[in-house]
Amino acid sequence: MKLTVNGADYALDVEPEMPLLWVLRDELGITGPKYGCGIAQCGACTVHIDGMAVRSCSVEVGAVDGEVTTIEGLGTRESLHAVQAAWIEHQVAQCGYCQSGQIMAAASFLEMNSEPTDEDIDAAMSANLCRCGTYPRIRAAVKTAAAKLNGA
Amino acid sequence: MGRLKTIGRRAFLVGSTAVVGGVAFGFYLYKKPVENPLLADLGSDEAALTPYVKIDAEGVTLITPRADKGQGAYSVQAAMIAEELDVELDRIRVDPGVPSPAYWNRALADEAVPFAATDQGAMATAARGTVGAVMKIMGMQVTGGSSTVADGFEKLRIAGAVARETLKAAAAQKTGVAVASLRSQGGAVILPDGTEIPYQELAADASRIEPVTEVVLRQPEQWRLIGKPMLRVDTVAKSTGTLDYGIDAKLDGMVHAAVVLNPRQGGVLSGYDASAAKDMRGVKKIVPVTGGVGVIADNTWRAFQAAAAVECDWGPAVFAPEMADHWAELEQAFDTDPDSRGRDEGDVENTLGQTPLTSEYRAPYLAHAPLEPINAVVLIKDGRVDVWTGTQVPRFTQNNVAAIAGVEPEQVHIHAQMMGGSFGHRLEDEVARRCTELAMEMKGVPVKLTFSREQDFSHDYLRPAAIARMRGAVEGGTVKALDLAVSAPSVLTSQMAERQGMPMPGPDSSISQALWDQPYGIENYRVTAHRAQNMAPVSSWRSVGASQNAFFHEGFLSELITAAGGDQLEQRIALCTDDVSRRVLETVGEMSDWGRELGPDRGRGVAFCMSFGTPVAEVVELTNTPDGIRIDNVFVATDVGRVIDPVNFENLVQGGVVFGLGHAMNCEITISDGGIEQTNFHEYEGMRLYQCPQITVKALEHNSRIRGIGEPPVPPAAPALASAIFDATGVRLREMPFNKFVDFL
Repeated sequence: MKLTVNGADYALDVEPEMPLLWVLRDELGITGPKYGCGIAQCGACTVHIDGMAVRSCSVEVGAVDGEVTTIEGLGTRESLHAVQAAWIEHQVAQCGYCQSGQIMAAASFLEMNSEPTDEDIDAAMSANLCRCGTYPRIRAAVKTAAAKLNGA
Repeated sequence: MGRLKTIGRRAFLVGSTAVVGGVAFGFYLYKKPVENPLLADLGSDEAALTPYVKIDAEGVTLITPRADKGQGAYSVQAAMIAEELDVELDRIRVDPGVPSPAYWNRALADEAVPFAATDQGAMATAARGTVGAVMKIMGMQVTGGSSTVADGFEKLRIAGAVARETLKAAAAQKTGVAVASLRSQGGAVILPDGTEIPYQELAADASRIEPVTEVVLRQPEQWRLIGKPMLRVDTVAKSTGTLDYGIDAKLDGMVHAAVVLNPRQGGVLSGYDASAAKDMRGVKKIVPVTGGVGVIADNTWRAFQAAAAVECDWGPAVFAPEMADHWAELEQAFDTDPDSRGRDEGDVENTLGQTPLTSEYRAPYLAHAPLEPINAVVLIKDGRVDVWTGTQVPRFTQNNVAAIAGVEPEQVHIHAQMMGGSFGHRLEDEVARRCTELAMEMKGVPVKLTFSREQDFSHDYLRPAAIARMRGAVEGGTVKALDLAVSAPSVLTSQMAERQGMPMPGPDSSISQALWDQPYGIENYRVTAHRAQNMAPVSSWRSVGASQNAFFHEGFLSELITAAGGDQLEQRIALCTDDVSRRVLETVGEMSDWGRELGPDRGRGVAFCMSFGTPVAEVVELTNTPDGIRIDNVFVATDVGRVIDPVNFENLVQGGVVFGLGHAMNCEITISDGGIEQTNFHEYEGMRLYQCPQITVKALEHNSRIRGIGEPPVPPAAPALASAIFDATGVRLREMPFNKFVDFL
């Protein structure tokens, strides 16, 4: 089985029904995507497949038909994605465990909706749980990222 | 000029010793020096001057022994040291260090004595001192009770100042320039001609001189860092997916494990059949552990799958099996002798009269449910045990792991990991214990145990369920009498005595925390705590007893004020006996423009709670829409004496409000057949982003003592919400969660 993650190709020998999350974490050592619930309730495991945000805990690796991008592939310290830069500017994270997923959800959402209203942001970001309650900062950071991506 | 801090006599410096081309600095308050843990593994060319500052060829490392579970403890501890040491937060490393009695927590003593936080009398002060001494002797290195800043504010600044002055003395000796002519800035000593000598270049010299024993702490107007917005040391890593939590630990040859524990929590494993599971792909070993079965495999998912395939025969329930039994136990406890009577003023019985107002309030069990499921890695090799885990109690864990592994505690090396939340769960260490049992079966191999979300929920140690029975009387437009009785299981007995083996004699003040110690002057005022038995095991949950008791106290107080025909805010201000708290109440009134017309279908409520010495007042404004209640705004005023980092402070207050509101809205843990029924977040949702109100925070700085902010914003949220719901709908909520009675958007 072959898998492309963050631009690198991997050959895998795993059961096709293994969730993508555990392939990334335990087989490939890519631990930015987090295990939170295992049933697509919390969003901590969010990654992109061909740019679309998916819950990697609930996607069988055998069903992956595109390129996978994790938080590690979105941007780096040296070359931050606009969403990551906004997350740093607003200092969103407390424990930070959900934030990889929040950032991946926001990045995918802003690709599809470059001028979101407050209601759009609420709708798009409410599937990601934050137990620390950083929601006010997530809202603000998404707006900042949207403005930046629009060249403001 | 700042106050001269003479460390001599009452405190001793630990002598300096060389660390790889450097030094480590520290200081201890108390009569006898405690061994500096940084000195233990030093090579011949290494140095250490304090337990908090280590300087070697790679740079400056600040030791931050209080655990970071998301509250920014590493950053705030580093900032307090860096303020005096003259280093920049983006140029240093932080390290939680090793478990050591040197890192005992004095401020925890403030919560362990039967005196209100506002009581600064001789008896209260003496009692705090005595309990503090006991905590030192026991080496209570515990992160909890919102005490990190309170405990470290002076200690860590002194550690930074001692290191700085010793480095300057070393520079003076090296260059022949008088100390008075030297400055320090940006991790270097600066000579009068502007030449910079980096601390690293002075470390070896500093290790060979006597540490400076008298330091002057800087005055607030001289602070570079404290009180100004900071970039937390973990923000960039947490925004780029590069921060490794305990669950991300990677060790050579590591195997992955899962457990399946008796769903009747605490019950035994009577037998099991692993025949279906043992041949599943990747499975290495299946072994019994305390209360269940462990599966060791080459991948976490495979371990989860195999654990689910083990057929287990479970022993019976060890506590009351059904939730109705637990409520009955709580009711029966009211008929038993009180565990404590924290307050008894005036003549409650006579002033209550023949027809007092009465109410019964209830709060359910709750789970901690940090988003990172509990986990640990344990490696046992050649009589040495290494443990990688997130923990608020590293020294307890060291002892507990040692007992299971059959080694001395000194052979157990705890590598403290960043935590993806805790809310109190990491004051427990069951995952390190179970993982040690598994590692005993795999000696020489690192074993990572990850609890599935389902195991994490169903084997959590819960926030107590509790009932309050309250009576009151009003007269002349104000509250004349208030009689509060509460029934709850004891957290101290369950957590500290039963699970950590520390004797906990006497009453458990957490049962009536935030009931007996509130700064209200009510003429006839009584608080009685009853201890319920045969309940589920319980633990500290963010804000502990205050989390349910503020709902009881403030909820019923609101009823009394309504009955008296008074204004909820004005009456609280009138009843308040503490100047700092009164200003907090007045401020939240100004912030929210209390009394302005809100419009149709809207309501507001206010609540106050002092917990861990921090007064917090919150106003909730909401709208009763056709689709359910929408919380629009929350205004929060508080006073911790001194805000270290206003950015993180605001984030923690907002998060505390979300935590308090979310659990009050829709969370409860229920018991059936001796076990926890809820298994995942679909049954325990908390607040989602679209439900989050605007939260406006204001911090005052009048409190005479510096206090913490991790927990205190939680307790007022539920009663402020209940009061606002009553204002908007006329529905009086006396039981959490509220979604059993009203709908939320």
